[in-house]
Amino acid sequence: MNTAAIATNEFVRFGKFFLQELKPRGKWLTPFNVISIPIILLGLFILYFRFTQGLGSVTNLSQKYPFGFWIGFDVMTGVALAGGAYVICFVVYVLRLEKYHSILKVTILNGLLAYVFYSGALLLDLGRPWHIINPIIGNSFGYNSVLFLVAWHFLLYTGALFLEFSPTIAEWAHWERLRRFLTSLTLGTVIVGITLSMLHQSGIGAMFLMAKPKIHPLWYSEYIPLLYFVSSIFGGLAMVIFEGTVSGKVFSNLIGRTSHHSHDEIVLGLAKGAAITMFVYYFFLAFIFMHGEKWTLLNGPWGYWYLIEVIGFVLIPCFMFAYGVRNKRLGVIKVAAVMTVLGVILNRQNVCLIAYNWYVPVADKYYPSWQEFVVTLMVVFVEVWVFRWVVTRMSVFSKD
Amino acid sequence: MDRRQFLIVSATVGAGGIPNVNIKADATKEPKEFVGVLVDTTRCIGCRSCEVACSETHDNYVPDITKDNALEKIRDTSERQYTVVNRFMTEKGEVFVKKQCLHCWQPACAAACLVNAMLKTKEGPVTWDGDKCMGCRFCMISCPFDIPKFEYSGWNPRIMKCNMCYERLQEGKKPACVEACPADALMFGQKRELMEIARHRVYSHPDKYVHHIYGENEAGGTGWLYLSAVPFNQIGFRTDLGTTPYPEYTREFLISIPLIEFGVPAFLLALNMLTDRKDELREDRDWTERGADK
Repeated sequence: MNTAAIATNEFVRFGKFFLQELKPRGKWLTPFNVISIPIILLGLFILYFRFTQGLGSVTNLSQKYPFGFWIGFDVMTGVALAGGAYVICFVVYVLRLEKYHSILKVTILNGLLAYVFYSGALLLDLGRPWHIINPIIGNSFGYNSVLFLVAWHFLLYTGALFLEFSPTIAEWAHWERLRRFLTSLTLGTVIVGITLSMLHQSGIGAMFLMAKPKIHPLWYSEYIPLLYFVSSIFGGLAMVIFEGTVSGKVFSNLIGRTSHHSHDEIVLGLAKGAAITMFVYYFFLAFIFMHGEKWTLLNGPWGYWYLIEVIGFVLIPCFMFAYGVRNKRLGVIKVAAVMTVLGVILNRQNVCLIAYNWYVPVADKYYPSWQEFVVTLMVVFVEVWVFRWVVTRMSVFSKD
Repeated sequence: MDRRQFLIVSATVGAGGIPNVNIKADATKEPKEFVGVLVDTTRCIGCRSCEVACSETHDNYVPDITKDNALEKIRDTSERQYTVVNRFMTEKGEVFVKKQCLHCWQPACAAACLVNAMLKTKEGPVTWDGDKCMGCRFCMISCPFDIPKFEYSGWNPRIMKCNMCYERLQEGKKPACVEACPADALMFGQKRELMEIARHRVYSHPDKYVHHIYGENEAGGTGWLYLSAVPFNQIGFRTDLGTTPYPEYTREFLISIPLIEFGVPAFLLALNMLTDRKDELREDRDWTERGADK
């Protein structure tokens, strides 16, 4: 038999196998399905109007607020909270801390899906999405644009995450030689991936550097790129703790006993990392605040709103993490993780939407329409569907 | 950054993309300067002929200036109109101010654009190319004057803004609004000439004008320049934009990219080798084995 025939045979086998795997398993009428299916259908219906009658037909975007909830939440926050993938890769492959190996695959999968779906949600927001290939094929490179960097790094990093996850796919498809080859690429991919992450996480912040006259001075500083990068570290770690807790409950049948046990140890380690990076972040904020002599800005509603974000959603969860680690209180850590995630969401909304054009009258302010919420929920639900499909078929969770 | 530096930078950047540029032939050509328009708000009578001329030239919404009473409230340029005239009540009576793209010398919108759809042409106008634009609206976020507008209704939206009648300039004509102005409030020319005329007016009538030419240095200098009888913040201009060209704000970040891109992987690889404990374990074993021999 020649190579072509072997390849064809293999292709046919995989095709049949894939179709087999596509079939749903388990019960259909779960509460999650009952809620998510109507919302996904409604979202598709809304998107039909969005693509035929323009963004204005379903969103509250305006000339004063060109970025709305789809950019501010789906893309900017989604990417920040997917930071866990590069942090865990750094810890496991660069620092060689084997303790975290059992959560590696699921974190990479979460990161991959977050990039595919949340930065993919960008396509919904672009006015002329069919031109998205322009910055990729070489006919019009805007080298001097921060967004050019961010776009390329999104794309390359999604590829890197796919490569990092690909050994698991090869294992599932029974391609042993391919799996070994893909595994051999991992260290290189991880190192490239961490570098790409540093640059695009900070690049998203750098997108606001030119919006200097529009963002409230409490949120604007020339260090936004650094702040965005550091907050993606603890935001990512908090998200890993949160997702780990939820997955541990929902998919407990897929997770081995020993790893169940050692998960507590992992959470304590992650919480320690989060506490330290959050304190560094808080220190940066305080330094920027004092260096910029912003004391007078604290007086008034914007000042109080800023303090709620910085004290309530950075400093307090930071201390809660530290307290939880010291006293081995997992409950406190989990609450702190949720608060941290909310804090990152709040920060991104503040920079992108709330403190952006802060001086316009309340009537001109942007708030998301219900359609924007439904489409965002749709994106989240589809991602969860794909996540569930993958983890129930490939060996993502540690089985020990 | 002056023009000379700007040309050097754009030539260096451009040289990467177009290696076949005939430098010698370019150098022998007559040197070109960015063009702009001088707006003398003390001369504007608020007739809004410029609005009509602009919209007719660009197939936009043509306002009915005899009936619509649009001067009653302050308007912004929109996705339907590239230029609007506003009336401000000031200490020196009513003042009419035309608003449109200022055609910055170093435009934030063009620096923001990842596909070069927003482009600072070598003649001076900032233009938009619909074949390249992907509708991300980052130009709108970046523009300090909030000029680019987006068509939110329609499946194939455009970014709408004044292009200083680039097509007409190519034919050797003046922008439509300049040609339509009956009060001589608008003057088209190269910025250097316009600055001389503007300064001359200010110096020869020191009590008629405030001693500031808006656009001389704002946001690094703009192609359109404004003269006024009253301080500019009274007639709808932002005076807190600074004199730094907006692309400068991202410069340091962009410079750091290659440094990080080459430095960090080396650092990570070194860290990975440093944390490799295989040798350490073998040394341990060697040491114990030797110890066992004794």
